[in-house]
Amino acid sequence: MRDIRHFILGCIVAALAFIGLVSSLTPGMVNAQEAGSVAPQTEIDRSATGGAPTLEDIMRRQQGLPVDNSERAANVGDPSGAANLSDQLGTLGGASDPDLWRGMRFNEADVTTQVRGPAAEVLIQDRGMWWLQFREGPLLTYGGYLLLGTIGLLALFFLIRGRVKIDGEKTGRRIERFKNFERFGHWLLAGSFIVLGITGLVSLMGRKFMIPVMGHESYALIAGASKWVHNNVSWAFMLALVMIFVMWVVHNFPDKTDLKWLAMGGGLFGGGHPPAKKFNAGQKLIFWSTIVLGASISVSGISLLFPFELPLFAKTFAILNSTGLPEMFGFGILQETMTPHEEMQYAQLWHAIVSFVLMSIILAHIYIGSLGMEGAYDAMGSGMVEEQWAKEHHSLWVEEVKEREGKAPSGATPAE
Amino acid sequence: MKAMLVGFVAIAVIAVGADYTLDQMGWSAAEQGASSSSVRLGN
Ligand code: HEM
Repeated sequence: MRDIRHFILGCIVAALAFIGLVSSLTPGMVNAQEAGSVAPQTEIDRSATGGAPTLEDIMRRQQGLPVDNSERAANVGDPSGAANLSDQLGTLGGASDPDLWRGMRFNEADVTTQVRGPAAEVLIQDRGMWWLQFREGPLLTYGGYLLLGTIGLLALFFLIRGRVKIDGEKTGRRIERFKNFERFGHWLLAGSFIVLGITGLVSLMGRKFMIPVMGHESYALIAGASKWVHNNVSWAFMLALVMIFVMWVVHNFPDKTDLKWLAMGGGLFGGGHPPAKKFNAGQKLIFWSTIVLGASISVSGISLLFPFELPLFAKTFAILNSTGLPEMFGFGILQETMTPHEEMQYAQLWHAIVSFVLMSIILAHIYIGSLGMEGAYDAMGSGMVEEQWAKEHHSLWVEEVKEREGKAPSGATPAE
Repeated sequence: MKAMLVGFVAIAVIAVGADYTLDQMGWSAAEQGASSSSVRLGN
């Protein structure tokens, strides 16, 4: 089929959006470090406030600029240096109440709790604002525009190119393209993906777009249901992803025919139909995008579904840092220690960003598999495609099928 | 069409099954994050 064009367009938009996201993520990262590790730019005189934040610090915070908190973060009391209780001016311990509160604020307090769970000891998580703002801001905005942009491009393509018709005379003969089981796998994947996409968007965008329309009460109901569906339908998607991979990977290894197909733009701009096997280069790109991005979404999704149990990012960042690439591309050294909550924040962002990219690619796929091309839908509908369609879009595959049929007893036209 | 409908039904069955299974295992994501009680400081 000819979905390569859509795919490339999708990729370009996705890449642009991704660059946008990353560049707006960078100041966010600086903010994330606001809580302690920003290197002091100039030595600040704190004598007037006895080490407490200065007016300048407060102004910087109000402007959303990084603030050097190292002094406060370190100022959490010193039991070993405290005067002994029996000494003059001896204290009950080395930490005053303000010391303790600072300790909590900067995650330095010695917390013991009976609550079991990896995050139970974090009493104040002060690194969430940049995440919240990024999620409600650029992620929602650019993500939304990516999807709308993709739909717009597809509409434009439809207006210009129209439906890709079967060029030749239809034969009325049908050949089997996908077996029942394969179509079941495809619809398990497609159905769950669409449900996950919609419920995911409700979670991300509902506050902004649905509450104003329906009010908090009704939205709360929908959001709750949406979350239940999203969490539980995810398993169907993961199962289907494995099925699709196992069933179709043999047909999706790149080979020489792909180069020719790509060079001819899939035959989309005239110049005849390039030969293709069971899947053409465009479809192979769809397949691998689904597998790779789908797997990445699944892994980050599981990390979110079992909070704090499967932290992924501090480790990933450490590995990335060791390659030197983040520094080379101006991201500096990525954060290698995170609170459990920060891990979840990164997992959420990654989950959403990759999902947006895959949704945009899949929109193009849905278009070409239904409205965009005559005869394509049958492959996943009844499983039987018009022979002429197959000859035009998958000529080498038809030859293979014919050869196999030639060996089989004659008249063995496969039936539904 | 049949494969599609069976696929959609399977999605619902898997979802309900997953919910039931996690429930049986006593898992609740909501209970992971909060330390609702018994926090002690220092020592
Ligand atoms: C209503 C929505 C959808 C329609 C109408 C549709 C239609 C189709 C059709 C007709 C084919 C077979 C193409 C051929 O005969 O060569 C196909 C294949 C495929 N579909 Fe879908 N699909 C839909 C949704 C999805 C979704 C949501 C995903 C993944 C998340 C997906 C993943 C795939 C993959 C990986 C293939 C094999 C590679 C390819 O043909 O591009 N599909 N789809």
